[in-house]
Amino acid sequence: MQSSVQTTPGLGKILMLVLARDLRLAVRHWDQVLQPLIFFVIVTTLFPLAISPALDELRKISPGVLWVAAMLASLLALESLFRPDVEDGTMEQWVLSGQPLSLLLLAKTATHWLLTGLPLVLMAPIVGTALGMPQSVWPVLAATLALGTGSLSVLGAIGAALTVSVRRGSVLLALLVLPLEMPVLIFGARAVDLAMQGEPVAGPLNLLAALLLFFVSLGPFAMAAAMRISVES
Amino acid sequence: MWLWFHKLSSPPYAYRTAGLVRPWLFWPAILLMIVGAIGGLVLAPEDYQQKDAFRIIYVHVPSASLSLMIYVVMAVAAAVGVIWRIKLAHAVAAACAPVGAWFTVATLATGSIYGKPMWGTWWEWDPRLTSELILLFLYLGYMALRASFDDTQRADRASAILAIVGVVNVPIVKYSVVWWNSLHQGPSISKLAAPSIEGSMLWPLLIMMLAFILYFGAVLCDRLRGEILRRERNASWLSESLARS
Repeated sequence: MQSSVQTTPGLGKILMLVLARDLRLAVRHWDQVLQPLIFFVIVTTLFPLAISPALDELRKISPGVLWVAAMLASLLALESLFRPDVEDGTMEQWVLSGQPLSLLLLAKTATHWLLTGLPLVLMAPIVGTALGMPQSVWPVLAATLALGTGSLSVLGAIGAALTVSVRRGSVLLALLVLPLEMPVLIFGARAVDLAMQGEPVAGPLNLLAALLLFFVSLGPFAMAAAMRISVES
Repeated sequence: MWLWFHKLSSPPYAYRTAGLVRPWLFWPAILLMIVGAIGGLVLAPEDYQQKDAFRIIYVHVPSASLSLMIYVVMAVAAAVGVIWRIKLAHAVAAACAPVGAWFTVATLATGSIYGKPMWGTWWEWDPRLTSELILLFLYLGYMALRASFDDTQRADRASAILAIVGVVNVPIVKYSVVWWNSLHQGPSISKLAAPSIEGSMLWPLLIMMLAFILYFGAVLCDRLRGEILRRERNASWLSESLARS
């Protein structure tokens, strides 16, 4: 009795174990976790240098700049989402474990969001202020990024699962994932833009939330199917 | 009835069938294209506002609807291939992608040629133009993913998942006209009850649409035959049929 409980822990416990393991790995390699965030700040720094230091001009483009930089930062971290596990054989064990692979991968994706999406949500208002964004927009900016980066993580994880067995797959990954992410970018940047003009933002925010629910509910199946193809051979 | 379907999924049978069907699609397509071109370019009256420039719709509109339709055909074929594990369906999907990509390019090219005299600009960041461009990116990503695998079967299944995920984008492309207001004119032929296009301008458009669909069928047959040849290059039926001919 005791042993059977130990060999088949509940699904919730397994998901917590996956989350805890990935977070512990991230803490041990905290410099790798920081890299996408530093990348985010550097990309947003490029725009004042390239366009103009005048805050009036920067303010107009700041929603777009922040959103594009967030998309690219999220993309950058995807490369290492599944690759180490596939290379050392952990993923093969997961596929064979009899546990729902879609949920295991969703747990890993949730970690990806905790490590890249959430810090971006917290950092974006600071970087936005540097671009001349008024403080009144902070809540909307954080809300769009919180909803949007979740969608980005799920879509990106599908792409990462598809390309994980391809050598030098990072450019391919960007090619596959960025077009799929464009609706998220449109609604996210649009909501922030509307907020800066003092318009109601409920419409695009609702659409972002709808996209997130849609991707979270269906995305894991695509992830699992893609991972099975990538692992077998 | 299902026997016919199962027969069609065998490569030798499909190879022969595609060869037999092809001329019945190709020549009517050419004929209809000539009829449609005469109807659209010569017989149809000049538009009171857009003058002769509107005539590009006889190429633009059919390619635009085909660029979307082919993506759906491709995704359905890919889904059939994944669900019932029919290799031929994957071959159909692989054959669709380049054709669809070229129709998308044709749509974008004719659109900007039309846009220059009408809107005074080659390119406008209008949602429909933009989503057509995104559609092109989806096609390119699909082909890039397919090309990055050495093993045909893995390429089939991986790209099938991408096609199914990407088909989510097709309704967004299609309904972006409704979602955003823009300077692109709304669809003018779907409103059958009160069409905003006159009959003498409409019939060549419908003929061209049919011609393009038949042409797509013919090209698909050709590409499918090529795809089957590539996949079955070591099969015995192929060397036998080559030896006989």
